Amino acid sequence: MTEMTQFMEQLATRASDEGLLDVAYTTVDTPVGPVVVAATKRGLVRVALPGVPLDNVLEQLAEDISPRVIAYPRRLDEARRELGQYFDGKRQRFELPLDWSLSHAGFYRRVLRATAKVPYGEVITYAEAAERAGNPRAFRAAGSAVGSNPIPIVVPCHRVVRAGGDIGDYGGGPEMKRFLLELEHAL
Amino acid sequence: MDQALPPFQAFVEDQLDPVRAFLRGMVGPNDADDCLQETFIAALRAYPRAHAGNLRAWIFTIARRKAIDHQRARSRGPRPVAEVEHLVDRANNSPAADAEAIGMNPRHSAIWAAVAELPPGQRAAVVLRFAVDLRYREVGEALGTSEEAARRNVHEGLKKLRRSAAELKEMTT
Repeated sequence: MTEMTQFMEQLATRASDEGLLDVAYTTVDTPVGPVVVAATKRGLVRVALPGVPLDNVLEQLAEDISPRVIAYPRRLDEARRELGQYFDGKRQRFELPLDWSLSHAGFYRRVLRATAKVPYGEVITYAEAAERAGNPRAFRAAGSAVGSNPIPIVVPCHRVVRAGGDIGDYGGGPEMKRFLLELEHAL
Repeated sequence: MDQALPPFQAFVEDQLDPVRAFLRGMVGPNDADDCLQETFIAALRAYPRAHAGNLRAWIFTIARRKAIDHQRARSRGPRPVAEVEHLVDRANNSPAADAEAIGMNPRHSAIWAAVAELPPGQRAAVVLRFAVDLRYREVGEALGTSEEAARRNVHEGLKKLRRSAAELKEMTT
C-alpha cells in the first residue's frame, strides 16, 4: 500500500467518524466494467456506468452535493455486495437505502420511483412509466427522466423500453442495456 | 463567478506531499504525520467555505497553525529536525542563489537543530522556500505576510543559520 493510500484511508475513516464525510465513493468491478458508486450519509446517491471518467464523476458530485468527496470503500460495502449478487444472478431486488437528491424533485423523481418498482425480469414502456408517475401524456418527459437516472442498475432504468420491441437508449449504451435485460431473462 | 472547489480527494492528492515536506521541516519527521492528519481534518471541516482560487496558501496556513499548536503542546521547545538532508539538497539544487547562502555542510545534522532553533516565522519561511520550493510570493501568502516580509524572514533565517554554521566550524576544527 502506498503512503498516499494509507494516509487517505486513515483520513477517510476519521472523517466518517466525525461526520465530515459528505460523499464517500469507490469503484466496483462488474461484468459491464468498472462502476463508480457513491453514497451520502443517507444512502446510495450515484452509480456511474463505465465510460464516464472518474474525475468528471467526482467533480459533478462535488458541485451538486458537497465538495467533501473522499474515497471510502467501507461505506459502500453493502452496495458492492448487492451488485455482486445481482450480476451473479443471485439477487433480484436491491435493499440499499437510496438518496434521491440528484434527481429533480417532481415529475422526474416520480418517474424514477416508479421505475424502481418495476420487478426484475420485466419491462415497461416510457408511456407506462409516465402513467405510473401520474401523467400518461408526458411520455417524452418520462424518457428524459429515465435518461437522467443518477442511480442506474440499482434503479433499473434498463427495464424501461420503447413501445414496439426496440429496447431504446441507455446511458451505458444499448449493448449494456441488452446485457442487463438478458441477465434478467427479460428478452 | 467563483471557481468550483475540487473534490476533497483531488485536493489532498495535490497537496499532501508539499504539506508533508513543510511539516517535517517544522516539527520533525516523527511528529509530522500526526500534524498532517490534524491539518487535513481541520481543512476538511472548513473546506466548503474555502476559496478555490487560493487553496495552496490556505492549506499551509492551517498546517502552520497545527505545527505551532503541536509545539506548544510539547512544551519542550523546538526539537532538532532530523530529516533535513532533503531540505539541504533542495536548497543546494535551488536555482535561487539563496541556496548557497546557507554555506554549510549539508550532511551535518546539526544544521537541522539550528533550523529548529529559528523563531517560528523564520523557520516556516525557510522551510517553505527550500523544502517546499515555494516562491516568495507564495511563502508570503501561506504565512499571511507580504512577499517582502517573506523574503526578509528567509534572509534573516539564513543569516542565523550561517552564523550557526560558522560556530559549528569553529567547534569542529
